[in-house]
Amino acid sequence: MQKYSIFNLVKNAFSNHQNWDLAWKDPTPKEEYDVVIIGGGGHGLATAYYLAKEHNITKVAIIEKGWIGGGNVGRNTTIIRSNYMHDENGLFSEFGMDLWRKMSQDLNYNVMFSPRGIINLAHSDAQMNAYARRGNSMRLNGIDAVLLNREQVKEIIPMADFSDNVRFPIFGGLMQPSAGTARHDAVAWGYARQADSMGVDIIQNCEVIGFDVNAGKIKGIRTSRGNIKAKKVGICVAGSTNILAEKLNMTLPIETHLLQACVSEPVKPVLDKVVTFGAGHFYVSQSDKGEMVMGGDLDGYNSYAQRGNLPTLQHVLTEGIAMMPFLSKLKMLRTWGGIMDMSMDGSPIIDKTHIEGLYLNCGWCYGGFKATPASGWTFAHTIAQDRVHELNAGYSLNRFSTGHLIDEKGLGTKTWIS
Amino acid sequence: MLYINCPHCGMRSQNEFSYGGDASVKRPEINKEVSDQEWDNFVYNRKSLRGKHLELWQHISGCRQWIKVERDTATHEIFRTFKADEEVA
Ligand SMILES: Cc1cc2nc3c(=O)[nH]c(=O)nc-3n(C[C@H](O)[C@H](O)[C@H](O)COP(=O)(O)OP(=O)(O)OC[C@H]3O[C@@H](n4cnc5c(N)ncnc54)[C@H](O)[C@@H]3O)c2cc1C
Ligand SMILES: [Zn+2]
Repeated sequence: MQKYSIFNLVKNAFSNHQNWDLAWKDPTPKEEYDVVIIGGGGHGLATAYYLAKEHNITKVAIIEKGWIGGGNVGRNTTIIRSNYMHDENGLFSEFGMDLWRKMSQDLNYNVMFSPRGIINLAHSDAQMNAYARRGNSMRLNGIDAVLLNREQVKEIIPMADFSDNVRFPIFGGLMQPSAGTARHDAVAWGYARQADSMGVDIIQNCEVIGFDVNAGKIKGIRTSRGNIKAKKVGICVAGSTNILAEKLNMTLPIETHLLQACVSEPVKPVLDKVVTFGAGHFYVSQSDKGEMVMGGDLDGYNSYAQRGNLPTLQHVLTEGIAMMPFLSKLKMLRTWGGIMDMSMDGSPIIDKTHIEGLYLNCGWCYGGFKATPASGWTFAHTIAQDRVHELNAGYSLNRFSTGHLIDEKGLGTKTWIS
Repeated sequence: MLYINCPHCGMRSQNEFSYGGDASVKRPEINKEVSDQEWDNFVYNRKSLRGKHLELWQHISGCRQWIKVERDTATHEIFRTFKADEEVA
């Protein structure tokens, strides 16, 4: 594989950049693989990469029904954080933060990781107390957390509404300075390029339509381009999980819902943090191009539409304007949506299944982009070793029956409300 | 914008309603032995169908009744609406 470096950049300039290698190939599916990963999103690509890199398993195929990066990995608002209270979420995400910090070097691909910090705003004394508690839990797990008072928040984001007569005054906030953003497409492409270079077949425009299971053991998959035998199969299809589960007669603690996001026209640098509104569900950051990147609530009813509805967008942006009034002056550039695998406790599932050789990775809710490296790393371990790693042991499928839920927000099973 | 035909009030915009999830989920019967699996299916497990989906909505800013709506989860087309206690054939 051609290395991306300043030397190669200069060298290729002499041939007008016409002679770069393709970043990944377009192979025809082989008859059989050791591992087939279904879904060429961030998690599927990362899983294949770590299977090859950490476990030396390279007879691997990624089967993607569309094009890699066309799902949620290319639709999210790129927030990366580990500001969780529960140990399972905190330790898993913080392991991921370490992988994020090394990712551009590791993949030889600039993923533009920008640890600019995230601030969750508080609008009441009770919320300040809750944040203090969460911040302390984070610090006990070695995650950076700073509790800010109103004046400190004002110094960092003076453009927020600090006037006296607002409905939700800013009392302070909880900041994780090491949180940030990254370029989502680059994450997909970087993992794809490295996985491909180690022998993984990336097969696009190939939809998985069924499974071959015999005597409780996975034998292979059926696709729109024919049957493929596999010793092991990992499902990584995010918002399409229930559709594949149905083909396995499995009913999962997952519902598919739509999440929208939008960007404004680009403006000069004004915001160098990720900020979330604490009296509703709205978050904003500014992209390198200058656009304000914004999102918030789900559309609120089961959806596979991959495009959203205006009432939710209006509701979300109303919160945004309450938090930062200047946003109302900006023109909207684009809106889009992605279908999300919402789990019943808000936490993911990375586990084996009752079918031998079949593994499940789903339930990412609002926060699966930041989980990409840790999810790929632990899922690869689970598949290669046929047992969960301690980092994903809590993300079991049977926790819903045993009562070991990881309900970070304490919201229960109304997934569309959370 | 979705328009939902409330069986009590007529056609109204989605802004008047709040969502209540899958209407095909049945609470296990009282005074009967209920297995863990049955509770799991009631509390957590969902089919989350792509296509026709029978779901609960409440006409919260109208008559405040719970109703059932048959809607396509991919196209958002609404086929039929029912009163909460109406049998869906
Ligand atoms: C608007 C929006 C904003 C978000 N913001 C954030 C954020 O700020 N921070 C954060 O951490 N997370 C965020 N997320 C969540 C995050 O994007 C997802 O949780 C994560 O990307 C899901 O994992 P993935 O990348 O593998 O999914 P995807 O990229 O969706 O990959 C799944 C792939 O499976 C393929 N597939 C489906 N069915 C089949 C089949 N039958 N056969 C073959 N292939 C199939 C799909 O085509 C798709 O490419 C956001 C999501 C959305 C929609
Ligand atoms: Zn009504």
